[in-house]
Amino acid sequence: MCDRATFITIIIIKRGAVAGFRAVFGGREEEEGPDVESQGRTERRSDTGQGATSEKMLTNISNLLRACAHRHVSTETVVSARTYADFTTQATFEIKKCDVHKLDEAPATQVVMTRDEGLQYYRVMQLMRRMELKADQLYKQKIIRGFCHLYDGQEACAVGIEAAINPTDHLITSYRAHGYTYTRGGTVKEILAELTGRRGGIAKGKGGSMHMYCKNFYGGNGIVGAQVPLGAGVALACKYQGKNELCVCLYGDGAANQGQIFETYNMAALWKLPVIFICENNRYGMGTSVERAAASTDYYKRGEFIPGLRVDGMDVLCVREATRFAADHCRSGKGPIIMELQTYRYHGHSMSDPGISYRTREEVQEVRSKSDPISNLKDRMLSNNMASVEELKEIDVDVRKEIEDAAQFATTDPEPPLEELCNHIFSNNPEVAVRGTNPWSKLKSVS
Amino acid sequence: QVTVRDAINQAIDEEMTRDERVYLLGEEVAQYDGAYKVSRGLWKKYGDKRIMDTPISEMGFTGIAVGSAMAGLRPICEFMTFNFAMQAIDHIINSAAKTCYMSAGLQPVPIVFRGPNGAAMGVAAQHSQCFASWYAHCPGLKVVSPWSSEDAKGLLKAAVRDDNPVVVLENELLYGVSFEMSEESQSKDFVLPIGKAKVERQVLLVTASGSHITLVSFSRDVGNCMDAAAVLAKEGIDCEVINLRTIRPLDVECIQTSVMKTNHLVTVEGGWPQSGVGAEICAKIMEGPAFNYLDSPVTRVTGVDIPMPYAKILEEHTMPQIKDIIFAVKKTLNV
Repeated sequence: MCDRATFITIIIIKRGAVAGFRAVFGGREEEEGPDVESQGRTERRSDTGQGATSEKMLTNISNLLRACAHRHVSTETVVSARTYADFTTQATFEIKKCDVHKLDEAPATQVVMTRDEGLQYYRVMQLMRRMELKADQLYKQKIIRGFCHLYDGQEACAVGIEAAINPTDHLITSYRAHGYTYTRGGTVKEILAELTGRRGGIAKGKGGSMHMYCKNFYGGNGIVGAQVPLGAGVALACKYQGKNELCVCLYGDGAANQGQIFETYNMAALWKLPVIFICENNRYGMGTSVERAAASTDYYKRGEFIPGLRVDGMDVLCVREATRFAADHCRSGKGPIIMELQTYRYHGHSMSDPGISYRTREEVQEVRSKSDPISNLKDRMLSNNMASVEELKEIDVDVRKEIEDAAQFATTDPEPPLEELCNHIFSNNPEVAVRGTNPWSKLKSVS
Repeated sequence: QVTVRDAINQAIDEEMTRDERVYLLGEEVAQYDGAYKVSRGLWKKYGDKRIMDTPISEMGFTGIAVGSAMAGLRPICEFMTFNFAMQAIDHIINSAAKTCYMSAGLQPVPIVFRGPNGAAMGVAAQHSQCFASWYAHCPGLKVVSPWSSEDAKGLLKAAVRDDNPVVVLENELLYGVSFEMSEESQSKDFVLPIGKAKVERQVLLVTASGSHITLVSFSRDVGNCMDAAAVLAKEGIDCEVINLRTIRPLDVECIQTSVMKTNHLVTVEGGWPQSGVGAEICAKIMEGPAFNYLDSPVTRVTGVDIPMPYAKILEEHTMPQIKDIIFAVKKTLNV
């Protein structure tokens, strides 16, 4: 349960009052007095030292209103009358319980999120959202070509998972990989430039949408389901090398029916590999709904002898908590575990799929309005006084700028040079000759 | 005198001692000592962690092997025969061979795929296919195929030390064959270069009136070529026998040099003729300087273009025999 702030927030919505806000309060101040420090419990504003702060607040509010009165006022004003020192630094949230399979315990349903965490999750999810929308735009302008599988709607999964694992852990996923490329360490610039096929792309333009790699991130895989045995192999290497690392191995509801996944379940359980199998169930494998593809849609139970969790994939805190639980399971040597994240993609399967022939517009709208991971996080933070509308808007502006800059780079960076056509066939190899399209065309490949 | 089987065993043993990251996985490789006893004694020496018996799940365990190579290990992935590797071929090509390129060099895949390839005896169609041209088709893979014990040891050691995916096509019928091994090849650091063929039998003297010809082959058929060469020598025909050792990258220079000397070429392989290794050699010779030195078109001796039958007489007539090689040589030389 979360406590509400005891002072009143005046919210009058108006366009263009941002400057006014700044004029009154100046730049950001991060004053943390003892009365706002958290001591592992939730904040109750009615406690210590509140009197003085309230008075200061009221003065500020009246100053601002006076300032507004002298301006041309239209119907709406945005004012959040606080300094950052007045925000709740952490709060406890009640989250949805997970369904479990072959487990005696389940992830906690009461979780703590700090203000800093919230802001971070918000920023990353918003950035991923905007990045995918920018990709959509660039694709329609024919600046991105080929395959482009967008992740918008599913942000809570990538962000929640990354929040619960270490950078030294490993992750592999399918072709719907742009979000994970970011959370695992790629920059927006590198990702967009890879989509536009430029030399500044994360794979130098050689891979494209489905083949992006970075440290401890193994792509981006084009063959449906192939990433699952690969991920178990990464986990085998983790166990073999004894570094207490694990591998998060993602696949979709469509891939969940691949035979090689069941072969992998068997070996991972047999050898107790530290792998978290995660099924991102977004209800549709391309145009086929789960009911039409699977005899059993309880994907978290499909591992039979492997314990499983079914998780609300639209709630970043649910995903984080479940992943923490799963990671503990793996790290304690108990072997693999399966998580099914119930999530949703707003776009169709890929850019060539409008996404409304096998599902209704109403369904998409409903998910967007009720379950959007970013909106829900925002609401949580605002209603728990963990951030201001203003602050979040600033983040939005900042994110937009980052995406714009990256898109600018991605559209102006030159394409890879032809001299590099044949490079990187092999690693750590002496130079080799490569036959071109005809016998006189003798190209070369360096590692 | 060392059998091919023992030479392979030595290679695996030495490479596992040398580098902790090297491990062997496959069906029956551990407690059974290997389906063909190639890995005899290794499980006893290295234990469960490094010699891993897998369930019968080629696609799964090959993917696992490739994933482990991506994350820092150096697996030797054994297929009981390459016929079963067809179930896993997606991982060999799409997950292993192409990844270094797709990642622009960020993600190497140091893995070895090995096992028996091609015809055995009496095992019929599904267990007798030669996959040399299938794998040799693909950039990103290196494909080797040993004949002698020295080949088997040196090429496998080179394959393990290579940071890229290497397919090693062995031959079940060669496992029990003994070869002399040189002093040098008994060293723990003996490796053979991938991409270099060996002239097993050299034509030393070329005369204007003499009959000379180059025979090119790999794996078991090298032995057949050597036997044919011995018979032909008695009839005054001098054969230069080239053991390819590596199918991809093909050592075209070695073949060219030989053809420019002998003016005639016959390729010998166990696989089917269409789009086979011999077809590739023909194309490469035509594109290079050796073409002008040919006194007749190249001849390919191949397996018969049918699925392998079971009955002994039928099977014998499906694979190239020594008499087929001799016949082809004489036709090519027009004698």
